[in-house]
Amino acid sequence: MNGNKLIDLINITKKYGNNTIIDDLNLYIRENEFLTLLGPSGCGKTTTLRIIGGFEKPDVGKVIFDGKDITNLPPYERQLNTVFQKYALFTHMTIAENIAFGLKIKKKSNQYIKDKIDYALKLVNLDGYGKRMPDSLSGGQQQRIAIARAIVNEPKVLLLDEPLGALDLKMRQDMQYELIRLKNELGITFVYVTHDQEEALTMSDTIMVMNQGYIQQIGSPEDIYNEPKNAFVADFIGESNIIPATMVQDRIVNILGVNFPCVDEGFGNNKPVDVVIRPEDIDLVAPEDGIIKGRVTSLIFKGVHYEMEVMANGYEWLVHSTDLSPVGAEVGIKVDPFDIQIMNKPESEDEEAVVSNEQ
Amino acid sequence: MSNNLTKEPPQDEAVVTLIKPARKRISGKSLLSFPYTLWMGAFIIIPLIMIVYYGITADDGGFTLANIKLISEPIYQKALWLSLKLSFISTIICLLIAYPLALILKGMKLKSNSFIVLIMILPMWMNFMLRTIAWLNILERNGIINTVLKALNLPRINVINTPTAIVIGMVYNFLPFMILPIYNSLAKIDDDVINAARDLGANNLTTLRKIIFPLSLPGVISGITMVFVPSLTTFVISNVLGGSKINLIGNLIEQKFQQENNWNAGSGLSLVLMIFILISMTVIAKYDKEGDSTNVW
Repeated sequence: MNGNKLIDLINITKKYGNNTIIDDLNLYIRENEFLTLLGPSGCGKTTTLRIIGGFEKPDVGKVIFDGKDITNLPPYERQLNTVFQKYALFTHMTIAENIAFGLKIKKKSNQYIKDKIDYALKLVNLDGYGKRMPDSLSGGQQQRIAIARAIVNEPKVLLLDEPLGALDLKMRQDMQYELIRLKNELGITFVYVTHDQEEALTMSDTIMVMNQGYIQQIGSPEDIYNEPKNAFVADFIGESNIIPATMVQDRIVNILGVNFPCVDEGFGNNKPVDVVIRPEDIDLVAPEDGIIKGRVTSLIFKGVHYEMEVMANGYEWLVHSTDLSPVGAEVGIKVDPFDIQIMNKPESEDEEAVVSNEQ
Repeated sequence: MSNNLTKEPPQDEAVVTLIKPARKRISGKSLLSFPYTLWMGAFIIIPLIMIVYYGITADDGGFTLANIKLISEPIYQKALWLSLKLSFISTIICLLIAYPLALILKGMKLKSNSFIVLIMILPMWMNFMLRTIAWLNILERNGIINTVLKALNLPRINVINTPTAIVIGMVYNFLPFMILPIYNSLAKIDDDVINAARDLGANNLTTLRKIIFPLSLPGVISGITMVFVPSLTTFVISNVLGGSKINLIGNLIEQKFQQENNWNAGSGLSLVLMIFILISMTVIAKYDKEGDSTNVW
């Protein structure tokens, strides 16, 4: 991503009573970026969004927007608009009146407002719905109206707070493409909050994984998926084998008593680490060709692939493969050195708690 | 604002589905409702029929409109007009006190509504008559207020036995009935709807005017009804706080029944009052698009 910094969050801390929701968070958002704040419920992602939107004030820290400090600016003086989880449409107004709300306050001309309503309704594929009441629309349609109502104000940033959370699966997938299309047509910055890792991977330019008020990792979807920085990220983004291991020396890691070649360097010698191996990166081969021998203990057909569990050296390895190995079969486990992701052990107890709290 | 192009709003459909089965089936559930039907018949329908009957008959049982025409006599006209005026003033004062209070209560984000209800209902645990008499003690010539004023060497105020005293009594007694429905309708508004308005550029005043107030209208209308109607028909408050000098229409009706034992004249005047209430309800209902104001209680 290129583009200038548009929003800068500096040392943001937010507490409710004794409960720290966000702890010293630093984050910048570039122009035209699709940034997703991803994490389990209660991780602080929505609070972060609400601080950007102006609905919450940070206890400590600053919000910089386009070079100006907007920390204490009320929402109605900020050049950004929000799409709320439960649509938050004005039920006593028609769809057209809903969309016109922001423009009327800005005292735009009637012709301008009318044109904008038509444009916005076309953009969200709800042409001709202007005279209907919000209650007569489906959830997906209501959410599209909420988006239309926000974008007619031409915000520089659109904040989306789990906008697809209340929709069913099919609708959610359709809306994901719709949102990507909208983003490309409008050319504005999206800040998107979700707990759905698939949604995040599908739509984002950048993902920020949060847990317990801390940023766990910021990166492109590929980075986050392929090179998770810690066990929490690895576990939260997709399924994975997270195994305690020892870094013997550069490029050699000892997993469950067996040395595996890998590509990582600089961890030191005989250092305890965690390794992450994605289930689809494990190859099941003939026992004598594998690095470790094991026995298949379970087999489930998942549609695209088979999911197998292989007991080897005291660990149940989760394996995804399009090739079937029957339960009870002796197999060899082989992993490409490139597919072994080495992570430092959590250093503080805080981080440890973060990891073990999950599941 | 009205858009007849749209389909029927969902709540109407819900009402329809609720009513239909009740009409069709005459077993099970309707058997359970029998005691209530009986109760309604005995204590609502029959008394109503009796009032209508007495209202349009003379002493001898013959048909007459004289009881109803009684209202054209100056004394009754004056009482009805005063009743309408005082009820209107009380309702407005209640609204002006209740709405900001309900807004504050909403802003407090209390965990349970029951606390609010308790606070509002608490005075109601005392007898209505007693509460009104308490105001007599506060307002009368040698009452609490005047005692304090006297101690401070200030001139006495003469509030008791004036319309002002009656309005005070009405506002005090009926205020909770204004606060609760307004609070209920305010509490129902999703915080994010208010946030959305602010997000779209509305400052606090605009948000209140364009979003919060229109959405709370059903509660406001409900509250107006619940204050206006009992104020219009009261005779206890005017008896106690108005002395014998001020007659509201309720007092005159009471006198017809109690002192003159003239049920026909009393019923005739009651019918007139009911018509006035009906008219005001119709006017109010016109503004009540949501149609759920009566569900508040």
